[in-house]
Amino acid sequence: MNKTQNNKAWFLVLPVFLLVAFSAIIPLMTVVNYSVQDIFDQNSAYFVGVEWYREVLQDPRLQDSLMRQFMYSGSVLAIEIPLGIAVALMMPTRGAMASLSLIVLAIPLLIPWNVVGTIWQIFARADIGLLGYVINGMGIDYNYANNPIDAWMTVVLMDVWHWTSLIALLCYSGLRAIPDAYYQAAKIDRASNWAIFKYIQLPKLKGVLIIGILLRFMDSFMIYTEPFVLTGGGPGNSTTFLSQTLTKMAIGQFDIGPAAAFSIIYFLIVLLVSWLFFTTISQLDKDKSKEMSHES
Amino acid sequence: MAEIRLKNLAHSYATDPEHTTDYAIHEMNHVWEQGGAYALLGPSGCGKSTLLNIISGLVIPSHGSVTFDGVEVNDISTQDRNIAQVFQFPVIYDSMTVYDNLAFPLRNMKVLESEIDAKVREVADILELSDILQRKANNLSADQKQKISMGRGLVRDDVSAILFDEPLTVIDPNLKWKLRRKLKQIHERYNITMVYVTHDQLEASTFADKIALMYEGKIVQFGTPRELFENPNHTFVGYFIGSPGMNLLKMTLSEQGAELGGITFGLNAEQRALLQGAKNAELTLGIRPEFVQLSAQQNEESLPCTIQHTEDLGTYKIVTVMLGDHSIKIRLDEEQQIPTQDAYLNFPNQWVKFYADDYLINSTEGEATSE
Amino acid sequence: MSRRKNVGIWAYSVFVLLPVYWLINMSFKSNEEILGTFSLWPQHFTWANYQVIFTDPSWYNGYFNSIYYVVLNSIITLIVALPAAYAFSRYKFVGDKHLFFWLLTNRMAPPAVFLLPFFQLYSSVGLFDTHIAVALAHCLFSVPLAVWILEGFMSSVPKEIDETAYIDGYSFPRFFIRIFLPLISSGIGVTVFFSFMFSWVELLLARTLTSVEAKPIAAIMTRTIGASGVDWGVLAAAGVLTIIPGILVIYFVRNHVAKGFALGRV
Repeated sequence: MNKTQNNKAWFLVLPVFLLVAFSAIIPLMTVVNYSVQDIFDQNSAYFVGVEWYREVLQDPRLQDSLMRQFMYSGSVLAIEIPLGIAVALMMPTRGAMASLSLIVLAIPLLIPWNVVGTIWQIFARADIGLLGYVINGMGIDYNYANNPIDAWMTVVLMDVWHWTSLIALLCYSGLRAIPDAYYQAAKIDRASNWAIFKYIQLPKLKGVLIIGILLRFMDSFMIYTEPFVLTGGGPGNSTTFLSQTLTKMAIGQFDIGPAAAFSIIYFLIVLLVSWLFFTTISQLDKDKSKEMSHES
Repeated sequence: MAEIRLKNLAHSYATDPEHTTDYAIHEMNHVWEQGGAYALLGPSGCGKSTLLNIISGLVIPSHGSVTFDGVEVNDISTQDRNIAQVFQFPVIYDSMTVYDNLAFPLRNMKVLESEIDAKVREVADILELSDILQRKANNLSADQKQKISMGRGLVRDDVSAILFDEPLTVIDPNLKWKLRRKLKQIHERYNITMVYVTHDQLEASTFADKIALMYEGKIVQFGTPRELFENPNHTFVGYFIGSPGMNLLKMTLSEQGAELGGITFGLNAEQRALLQGAKNAELTLGIRPEFVQLSAQQNEESLPCTIQHTEDLGTYKIVTVMLGDHSIKIRLDEEQQIPTQDAYLNFPNQWVKFYADDYLINSTEGEATSE
Repeated sequence: MSRRKNVGIWAYSVFVLLPVYWLINMSFKSNEEILGTFSLWPQHFTWANYQVIFTDPSWYNGYFNSIYYVVLNSIITLIVALPAAYAFSRYKFVGDKHLFFWLLTNRMAPPAVFLLPFFQLYSSVGLFDTHIAVALAHCLFSVPLAVWILEGFMSSVPKEIDETAYIDGYSFPRFFIRIFLPLISSGIGVTVFFSFMFSWVELLLARTLTSVEAKPIAAIMTRTIGASGVDWGVLAAAGVLTIIPGILVIYFVRNHVAKGFALGRV
């Protein structure tokens, strides 16, 4: 697209800019403000520089929480990506069954996150939930409220149930975009199914997979509601992840200074990842347009 | 190798075809002889890609049979039919190098690496890909990618036919002729049956020994480019081949001759005899723009006309004239003079063709080929 | 091979639907039955739980509140994002790339970071506990996404169409509404879907910014611990009712979403 240079276009962009600035910049400034001050009450606040940052970074609660968060994000990614790809490969490509499977797959994505927590809270209980009942019935001791390992597994399982569909749907649309001729050529070249996957499908899915992986990483890194409803962060701290720790500090304990510093750090981590995201995407788009100018 | 025979072949994409319009391919019988270079020519939607896919096995025909050297292959899968197909846009394995792309079919057949190497280098040499063998395939230009697609078909020893589905579509116009020449070279060297689908008559006539012209699911004529040009046996062939296509004038038969909407074209005895047998059909007179004679002098058989329009296209000119109600195009060489005032047309008898219900009335048969 | 695929997809569907079925199952049982006997379907089928929700304002208001601010959010998002996306798609201007990137980073901001400042901000402008507050807060995340998605769809409409319309005498607003919007209708469908998806499901911000008037159903559900313990039946029924709007939305936009996912813009 040949875009025309026109700075008046700012008028079209102004509403968005103002809205997002109002919602983002002002609060952010507030947070930065809090993060470098020690506030006792309305009137006495004095500048402490990076003291909060130092304290926060050395806080064992935070470090534990960060560790747990990385482990969590790592685990769910390791399961959801391959599973999502597998589901996408298995989905019917046309007809009523295709629409139906799309709808079924989309259901977990549209449930309010607290209801997701509630569903699994009920489902995994030994007394009233199908999963808990069946597992305990098989002789395995399973209680996610008491046992940290059980709690972890349940939380991870819940996330897999919740979000694999996103990867599956992304990959499904990526697969649909592959022209039939590739499969036909592969048939003629006598390629095995594995070779078709490795040399045709997987390379063509590269674009959507990068988006999927980065999105899932970021969303899982920011997760709050579902584990909160399911386990409340427990037993003890075992399933307390970063967002929950921050929320506890900010709202529960009124340690505003450290909470603010923590927020900034949290945000910076995510910013770093978004930057990676953006540059990778624009690299991909650049490759695509190079490819297209070759073909014309 | 492969002589490909189509027997009573018809195809419908609908599950319960009832009307003729449900059929993409109407019943046909056809033979593609071993080692020939054939073009399957026709406008969009005429069924040529369907026919190609039936031959390669990507589509299973709903009626009739396809045989390779006498063996029926309807139920034999594509990979076992020993054919290669090149598609409209280059199909290559992006993540592999050029070398690996060419080696891919052979590796799938578990051929020895040493043999693979020899074969890949041989094919790369013919296709002039030798110096980019180690490059990643996805950064190449479209014509190089298409060559790789062709190469994958050539590396296999067991390939008996190569099918091309409009392979030059995405190629730069100034590179098309290079690839066409390459195809001809390949054909001469390997003596493989080649079927080339296209909607471009120039491509078809430069590539093929014989052209099968398709129209609405039928092969309306099968012959050399010259035969199609000089003796089109269907009005569609006349219209499609040639630039511009044949002039087709609706006519009726009368005592005086052929009535062309106000003008009478005198018929000789032979022509009259031909037309007599087809009196009840819809009659059309056809003559190619190249063969119409235009002159300022009137002679016995010439017909007066008015000149509408002249297009100068460098080495030739197209003149549009009105003959009665009909608009006629004439193709003249650049030196030929165009009359300024009175203009007269001559239709040399040897180039005048008559069609009954769109089919050529042949002098040897004496009757229209359709009843 | 097809067989294996079918088995696989059926198995996964069961995996997806089973917990949902279980919730539905619970919603039709009374609390006594839930805590008393364990059964795969209700032994004593009852509508009582749903009745509670439909008759108790503290419950059904939750739904109204949620739907209200979700719709509000979608409308605001669309109105604001459409012109911006158009600008990004058609024009080059000072700082355009940086602006675009900055917008995207907001989509990726952790909501928890904004909790306290939002709370203070909306309180100080007197918008605490209003639907508009939640709708606006959600805009922080839905607007960047909307601009991104819409820009993608708009860029696939050639500029020549704009130019032809101007030559034909259309004014910009008329062109935009009559010609342009219909061309990107699937983009709008996808945007509405994703705005809905984010706003309907989010809990943290919605809960923090409301207390009574605009309390969303999600927040109400998180405090159903009564004197006699958790009211599982009613909780389950409330949960089921929150799933229904989602299913409706996806049914209506299913074709558009397939196209939207294909552009890879989530």
